[in-house]
Amino acid sequence: MASVANSARGGLRWNIALVAMAAVMVANMFFTFMFAPTEATSGHVQRIMYIHVPMAWLAFLAFFVVFCGSIMYLWKRTAKWDDLASSAAELGIIFTTLVLITGPIWAKPTWGVWWTWDARLTSTLVLWLIYVGYLMLRAYSANRSQGARFSAVLGIVGFIDVPIVYFAVDWWRTQHQRLVLGGLSLEGDLHPDMRLALLVSVIAFTLLFGFLLRQRVSLKRVERGVREMREDAEFMAEGQR
Amino acid sequence: MKTVVEFVRPALLVAWKDVLLELRNREVVATALVFGVMLVVIFNFALNITPETVDVLAPGVLWVAFSFAGVLAMSRAFVAEKEEGTLDALLLCPVSRDSIYFGKMLAMFIFMVVIEAALLPIFAVFFDFSAFSATLLGAIVLATLGFAAVGTLFAAVAANVRSREIMLPILFFPLVSPVIIGAVETSGAAIGGSGAVVSTGRWLQLIAVFDAVFLVVCPWLFSIVVEE
Repeated sequence: MASVANSARGGLRWNIALVAMAAVMVANMFFTFMFAPTEATSGHVQRIMYIHVPMAWLAFLAFFVVFCGSIMYLWKRTAKWDDLASSAAELGIIFTTLVLITGPIWAKPTWGVWWTWDARLTSTLVLWLIYVGYLMLRAYSANRSQGARFSAVLGIVGFIDVPIVYFAVDWWRTQHQRLVLGGLSLEGDLHPDMRLALLVSVIAFTLLFGFLLRQRVSLKRVERGVREMREDAEFMAEGQR
Repeated sequence: MKTVVEFVRPALLVAWKDVLLELRNREVVATALVFGVMLVVIFNFALNITPETVDVLAPGVLWVAFSFAGVLAMSRAFVAEKEEGTLDALLLCPVSRDSIYFGKMLAMFIFMVVIEAALLPIFAVFFDFSAFSATLLGAIVLATLGFAAVGTLFAAVAANVRSREIMLPILFFPLVSPVIIGAVETSGAAIGGSGAVVSTGRWLQLIAVFDAVFLVVCPWLFSIVVEE
């Protein structure tokens, strides 16, 4: 029980890390809105890149954590790995949803359309569907251990599927070139200041991800502790009767 | 040699059990076939398919019908076992879980190929295209193998959860989307002969890679799904 209370409160070191993360997030606001130069052709709307790109990176990072957590759960069968995998899946869904929302907001003024069936966009959408299925599978399972087992299976299959989906959609796009994408390409010609702002943003949001993941995992642990205490109490009340 | 027989024989027996059951009650193939024909009729109204547009639309319609009818057949594979309580008996048999997986997968593959073989001539007549090319048949066999590999695993998952009728399609379709893309592209080239930038061989390779990856991963995960 003591460990449950301890992890929920967190130590002094954790509080320092929290303040540091908050400071980096504030610094990130400065870099995004003031330091980074305004893009020449599309203007201020390009600043959405400093949110969109880190979100996309975190979505993939989160689903990689789901993959690792799923393998570890099926190997060790301890609840902490399932907590890690399912928490990362929830965060991955949130970040993928934000990618799918910020993407069209950026695309409309830059490309002139909300959506295009490009490899990156389409595979992100497929990814979103796979992990929504992951959460539904957990919700519809008969009991917790079954839900953990089944969702771990999907966590592994889903992540293996991602590169195949990407290649398939990429080749499909080259056959159906409907629209030539103008505007900014992310790989090559970024201004050094833009590159720095993007780097700061990626670091800031990755710290945020670590913070949220830790909070969600410890919340799940507390929930399980409470559930076990209630079950014990019911069992003892049953015995006294 | 002995170990190969020990693995293959139970798998064939499990597949034969499912085929025999199907020959007696004709539940899976018949319903899926009628559903497939119905889809063709609905697509004809929805898309207004004419001789000018048939080359573009037919591959898509073909694969939507194949995959939807297929997923309907798949969902029956484990639901019947679960309802009758025969899955427990099957798992108690002194054979490896891999044999059970490959047996169920083989039966599912056979059912889907039968459904597709019956739907293909109907398509060819309705939309007036020549359905019999080696590329198309190759695409059908490879894609159906991929469907069956992933479908067997997730049919076993879906049979154990609530609202299983909807859970199988929700889990199945995003995962097999690369197979559907590859199958539609290959069939399009085979039916219409449209100028393909990426050659059909490359698409067949992609589906074959998908099949190979999931025929290795899915049996292992199947043994985890059916444990307890």
